[in-house]
Amino acid sequence: MQAAHSSSVLKYVGVFVALAIVTAIEVGIAFVIGPTSALVIPVLVIAAVAKIALIAMFFMHLRDDTKWFALLFMYPFLLAGLLIFWTVFPA
Amino acid sequence: MEQAPAHAQPSLPDTTTGIHNNKIGVWLFIASEVMFFSSLIAALMLIRASAGKPRELFVSSLLLVTVNTFVLVTSSLFMALSLAFVRRGRRRAYLPTLLITAVLGTIFVSIQFLVEYPRLMSEGLTFNGVPYIFGSIFYLLTGFHGMHVLVGVLWIGVMLIRGLLGHLGPSNSIGVESVGLYWHFVDAVWIVLFTIIYLI
Repeated sequence: MQAAHSSSVLKYVGVFVALAIVTAIEVGIAFVIGPTSALVIPVLVIAAVAKIALIAMFFMHLRDDTKWFALLFMYPFLLAGLLIFWTVFPA
Repeated sequence: MEQAPAHAQPSLPDTTTGIHNNKIGVWLFIASEVMFFSSLIAALMLIRASAGKPRELFVSSLLLVTVNTFVLVTSSLFMALSLAFVRRGRRRAYLPTLLITAVLGTIFVSIQFLVEYPRLMSEGLTFNGVPYIFGSIFYLLTGFHGMHVLVGVLWIGVMLIRGLLGHLGPSNSIGVESVGLYWHFVDAVWIVLFTIIYLI
């Protein structure tokens, strides 16, 4: 019982460390290389998506919760993606 | 004190879905918030594509905002730990972690509103969009996010009071779970804003 509790604490700390490392790498890339490189922007976007996925799966417990919540969370992201795409690239 | 297993969930509530209505409500609220922030982000990207961004202002504040980002991410860790401790019935652990979460949230908003905004305004990034139209959407978007953090801090304060009164525990953790979902979502929104405003 105690071991399970410790493992959940370790899991949260592990996610935090991962978030911190990815953020540090992102800032390093943006600061050293700069956002003008065509390759940097996709890398930074992918890093941000990865961090959000970590938060959603572990801190918000979407990984263990009912899949309906995951659907409820992902569906507006799809709409948001379309909204942003059509705003930036109008027909 | 009797302690529940680490991953103990409160017994299934008596609802037609078997899921606590509060939790469904928070998730529906978060879904609407995704759309709310998306529309503002779309506006930001449109303005940025047409009028540009005063990049030098944001490069000079990158260190401060990075520290602030770490503050908010750390608060998310403590929020997650709070829920684990509440479910375990460890009052001596969840009260400090809830308090630390609220303090970190307050530090984040204080740095944003009292340090970052005045600095940017003094360098010409104003609310009215003169000379940089980017300023209007920047303050609207980050200001709304800051207000969300403030609401979260108040909500955590309510949970702290409930914890002090002994109203939280393994069978009554839905309040902390709800504020936790909200708090992590606000953290996720900041990760997006940090990337699209400061890094890109």
